[in-house]
Amino acid sequence: MGSHGIKDRVAIIGMGCTPFREHWNLSTDDLMIDAVEAGLASAGVAKGDIDAWWLGTAQSGMSGVTLAAPLKLEGKPVTRVENYCATGSEALRQACYAVASGAYDMAAAVGVEKVKDSGYQGLNAFPIPTDGTQRSLTAAAMFSLVAPAYAEKYGVDPGELRRVLARIASKNHANGAKNPRAQFRREMDVDAICAMPAVAGMLSVFDCAGVADGGASAIVVRAEDAHRYTDKPLYVKALSMVAGNGSGLLDPEFDYTHFDECEWAANDAYQQAGITDPRRELAMAEVHDCFTPTELVLMEDLGFSARGESWRDCEAGVFDLHGELPVNTDGGLKSFGHPVGASGLRMLFECWLQLRGEAPDDRQITTADRGLALTHNLGGYPGEMVSFVGIWGNRPG
Amino acid sequence: MRGLISVAGYLPHWRLQSAAVAAVLGGNQGKGTRTVASYDEDSLTMAVAAGREALARAVSAAPGSAVPVSALWFATTSPVYVEKSNAPIAHAALRLDGDVIAADAGAGLRGASAALRSALRSTDPAVLVLSGDLRTGPAGSPDERDGGDAGAALLVGDDTHGPLAAEFLGSASATREFLDRWRSPGELRTHAWEERFGQQRYAELADEAWEAALKDAGLDAEQVGTVAVVGPHARAGAGLAKRLGAAGVTVADSLGASVGFTGAAHGPLMLAHLVESSPAGHVVGLVSMADGADVFLFRVTGDGVGAQGNPTEGVTVADQLATGNDSLTYAKYLQWRGVLPSQPPNRPEPARMSASAAERRLDWKYGFVGSRDRSSAAVHLPPARVSFVGGATDDMEPAPMADVPAKVVTFTIDSLAYSPSPPTIFAVCDFEGGGRLPVELTDVTAADVSIGMEVQMTFRRINTADGIANYFWKARPAGRGSGGTATGVKETGVN
Repeated sequence: MGSHGIKDRVAIIGMGCTPFREHWNLSTDDLMIDAVEAGLASAGVAKGDIDAWWLGTAQSGMSGVTLAAPLKLEGKPVTRVENYCATGSEALRQACYAVASGAYDMAAAVGVEKVKDSGYQGLNAFPIPTDGTQRSLTAAAMFSLVAPAYAEKYGVDPGELRRVLARIASKNHANGAKNPRAQFRREMDVDAICAMPAVAGMLSVFDCAGVADGGASAIVVRAEDAHRYTDKPLYVKALSMVAGNGSGLLDPEFDYTHFDECEWAANDAYQQAGITDPRRELAMAEVHDCFTPTELVLMEDLGFSARGESWRDCEAGVFDLHGELPVNTDGGLKSFGHPVGASGLRMLFECWLQLRGEAPDDRQITTADRGLALTHNLGGYPGEMVSFVGIWGNRPG
Repeated sequence: MRGLISVAGYLPHWRLQSAAVAAVLGGNQGKGTRTVASYDEDSLTMAVAAGREALARAVSAAPGSAVPVSALWFATTSPVYVEKSNAPIAHAALRLDGDVIAADAGAGLRGASAALRSALRSTDPAVLVLSGDLRTGPAGSPDERDGGDAGAALLVGDDTHGPLAAEFLGSASATREFLDRWRSPGELRTHAWEERFGQQRYAELADEAWEAALKDAGLDAEQVGTVAVVGPHARAGAGLAKRLGAAGVTVADSLGASVGFTGAAHGPLMLAHLVESSPAGHVVGLVSMADGADVFLFRVTGDGVGAQGNPTEGVTVADQLATGNDSLTYAKYLQWRGVLPSQPPNRPEPARMSASAAERRLDWKYGFVGSRDRSSAAVHLPPARVSFVGGATDDMEPAPMADVPAKVVTFTIDSLAYSPSPPTIFAVCDFEGGGRLPVELTDVTAADVSIGMEVQMTFRRINTADGIANYFWKARPAGRGSGGTATGVKETGVN
């Protein structure tokens, strides 16, 4: 019994990521083909070299045929996975385990989402028949519950917290502005964000992730095979995932200032990777900033800040591009956009660029020599979520 | 002895001032206010609110013994469904036993009188007569102006269960077919023949029934204390009222300037109000004119819960008249009634509920019954098989939570979610004695919500999809009927 991880047993040898946009002219098929072609080219392998595929998409298609048909794969296993907004990470996790098990030599994880064909604003869940008693609240409103609870618990003036949240959005906009693949490439200052009208609690649309179409892919092989394909593979240091049991919605003890699922997933990942001081050992982190209060709380859940201190750290610039621990250097969900099934792989794509020294000069982090990066991908709501944490390194050991 | 075991009236929180109508339409729109069912209320939810109160009073009058309800009748002219019966929804919300018949009294104004008469003359130990109605019409119509929305409940039965609130003395009816008012199912406008024709017919029928009822009760008019004269024509009962006045009978204010005529609910509502507000020994009467005339006479015992001299925590019609929020704009009223269509947020409309999924969770969805883990006492909303504390499986007991008070822990205002009346006001609520539910708030404005606010649960229509009315519970500020006491807290206006 125990979570042992697969540290240094598999490696990423190639990645692709499309720009995240309102791709009115690209279909789900187009996005998958583009993401896969880019990943294969990056690894220098051919479609037929991939022994097994995992496709992550929340709502853009069902079954492995969604990928096999447009790619015209022949006689290969393709598994479609879904795990809320952590879908892309789940596809990657399965591909890594498949290779680590010895079942396959080379696996591919593909994430895609075509969200802009629905005709509605925001993200909308596929309706499952129910008894009609479920909440009809938006995700923005559910996450907005965090802000007043956090302010109350830690004695932060709500006006000051409003500026802290705006600063998180502003930081991610600044990073996204330097990223040609990002959906929003405009810097936004704190005052401008604070002046926006609230749409859910104290949150404005500028506290919410961008809604974009996109795709991303990763090619996975055994660690010992990695150098056959690239001089700079990324080693899988840890993969952890927790599916919450929803007790936060039932339990009067839950106070909306932390996400247990994220803390548990992080602790498991740190144990797998042998990390004891994430704030200093990690070169960077890509976290699930679906809404600004989420990033605020995640800094504590992931152990980057002490409880009740992340608002000060955010304000002090600890997580800025050239701060002590850069977070969401590619713009995050906020600025890069959030095509649900692709986001987890998009996070890894930024680590891939940064740890290999391939990020554009104007957003290359200065901490890359620490050699370790973290991706955190969640789905669901406060009190009821799934959480993934992956740790990736540019050298074994 | 037969009579009224308990009574209750329900007035919705929102009131529309005639002045607010005049501000838009101009002209003389009369004086005072009318009650307005919120966007999430309908004839059934208002009847359920009154039914909960009436049943609670009956339990309170005879603690420890179950109220032996064997039939539930529901009367309205604004049914949620035709073809499908409406009453079983109230049956589920009130958690009545499976051997209780629940059926609709028909979609006419006379339904409540028919059900009441039938209940008073039946041998069933207890019969619950529910009524609820929404009165509306095209903008500026007399029905919009003079109508009101309300629910009422009369629990009729013997005194074998417990004390009666009012003893039945006698009744009589008079019937004659004539065309006065009519409306096709689904139609907004109620049509009417020249009023004077109906007035005269009603005057004759009311006189006949009144004399016959006195005879049935063995009373002289002088022995009757207060009578409510109820009908769709304000002037139809004027002649009878004048004669009653001459005989020393007090004719009750019909609440026209505060509530309005509430259709099929108005007779029961007025009767509940009279029983609640009359001293012991007082003889009260209801004269109800609706395609005929029905007269009922009762002697108030003073023993019934909610009756004067025996005050309880229950909220009376008078209490509700004194509270409510009259800042409703006419535009909002028109939107709520669908007379003025409004643009919803650009989000998917709600999917229809699943009939089978709803039926499996009947007690949760309609009765607001969660479960309590026997080993940890942890309350689960919705009910669960496996406990979130300790993980025990299938060791739960039902936890009825509809009457349990709760407090707001945190809240948010959602302007993006689909709602028939945005924004959605939503709160995480903790229940007294355990249990938490993140749930929508209603009968409240965003500016009035606060952490720590006390709330109570209320049965509401959540949405309508594919013609299916989807019911569940919401939380509303405490002290507004169906449990709790009036607070009279100053409230912010609604736009």
